[in-house]
Amino acid sequence: MSEPGWLGASDSEPPDSSTWGPTADWPALRLRAELLRRTRDFFDRRGFLEVETPLLSADTVVDRHLDPFAVQVGKQVCYLQTSPEFAMKRLLAAGGQAIYQITKAFRQEELGPLHNPEFTLVEWYRAGDGLTEGMNLLDELCQAVLQRGPARQVSYRQAFLEHAEIDPLTAPLSALRAATLRTGTPPESLRHDDRDGWLDLILVEQVQPHLGQDQPAILYDYPASQSALAQVREEDPPVAERFELFVAGMELANGYHELLDPQVLRRRNATNNAARVADGKQPLPEHCRLLAAMEAGLPQSAGVALGFDRLVMVAAGAKRLDQVMPFPFDWA
Amino acid sequence: MPSYNTSDFRKGLKVQIDGDPYLMIECNFVKPGKGQALYKCKLRHLIRNTVLDRTYKSGDSLDAADITEIQAQFLYRQGDTFFFMDNESYEQYELGMDTVDDAWKYLKEGMNCSMLLFNNNPIGITPPNHVVLRIEYCEPAVRGNTATNVTKPAKLETGAELIVPNFVESGEMIKIDTRTGEYIERVKE
Repeated sequence: MSEPGWLGASDSEPPDSSTWGPTADWPALRLRAELLRRTRDFFDRRGFLEVETPLLSADTVVDRHLDPFAVQVGKQVCYLQTSPEFAMKRLLAAGGQAIYQITKAFRQEELGPLHNPEFTLVEWYRAGDGLTEGMNLLDELCQAVLQRGPARQVSYRQAFLEHAEIDPLTAPLSALRAATLRTGTPPESLRHDDRDGWLDLILVEQVQPHLGQDQPAILYDYPASQSALAQVREEDPPVAERFELFVAGMELANGYHELLDPQVLRRRNATNNAARVADGKQPLPEHCRLLAAMEAGLPQSAGVALGFDRLVMVAAGAKRLDQVMPFPFDWA
Repeated sequence: MPSYNTSDFRKGLKVQIDGDPYLMIECNFVKPGKGQALYKCKLRHLIRNTVLDRTYKSGDSLDAADITEIQAQFLYRQGDTFFFMDNESYEQYELGMDTVDDAWKYLKEGMNCSMLLFNNNPIGITPPNHVVLRIEYCEPAVRGNTATNVTKPAKLETGAELIVPNFVESGEMIKIDTRTGEYIERVKE
């Protein structure tokens, strides 16, 4: 059971309270400002509208592995947003065509060289886009900001076949479990039938380190069980129209061909909460204003969330987030 | 028994796995954006020095290892058994060669060492970083050759062999760095 304020593992002891200077140097902070300018310029040139949405809301994304900070506001429990997704989709349903924002997001239990509980997200949506257009726009942004050439687009299935020699969509659970033994002893607490848990382990240890090494890579067509808020394409086996950008083995962005059907979202919320409870976590509210917006009608669209701090890391050639943020959590 | 949750995991943690003591020498937090939080750890066995690769997921825990460090005086050696005494409690410990390991080369009666105890049993001994020992025997210095890069083997009073510069003579006292096992300088008595 996770307690409020519980954070993830840290590499080292936090510095004592007399440490007050920034962890990032001035060249890194100037580069950060330059990338913010390039990002805004990219969207402004394409006619996107910059928007701002609340950080504190009674609604939150119901995900098995995303833990929001709960904040008591009077008699109400609110959540610091893990991404601006819900509010931005409400703007889409209200007639937004192409919108973006650069905002802070908060996630509990995430602290390490590549994680800070408070971080900066660039998030955008464009009506009319599907999987292909969504991936292409992400690739264009990556090229405009990082100047590293076009990304290689590779399916989740193909990447697993190439780097782990296993078919993630059809391999039996026993084969997935056996494949994880190549890189050490897996967690004893990982349930034998937790297919996504075993896939995550193979992804992190055997596939991801190879992604985006020579050129950026966009992984797409995730297992349907990992659809999150993406549409599922009904083929055999079905796949989620979800995509992620990797550079130098690091995950930078996650995007969806957006789910439009409120009934499907209700079912996924219920499934995710059941999994959270089985994991010993608190369930999150399943009813939200996004469902009402989806009832009213969300346009066909694709949307992406990109971790801006990690983008700066790549541009700066940094190994840790604290090299590109002035005051990471332990210094905040 | 106290235990550590994954949120406590960090380098330097002393934990117990299957009854054996381990030191966490690396802990990497990895989490796919929409996936499970994982802690990829490297753990060094505190007695055998072997390294274990283990992955944990958030919510897992490890038992803390009952490890204490005491200051102990080396009393004497009898065959392959080494006798130490806790400086505070005066309790005596007998350590075998496998526990003393390379430290035997530097142990001189009366020397203060630091001893690691796991569940109150000694699992390792560390001599001071610098020790002064007498040269039992070495070949006489070659006359006129004062270059420090010319070396020769020498036998120490503990029975260990060490490489020393050519100008060092039998019976002299020398200072040694026990971490590297290297000669530092001659010491006047």
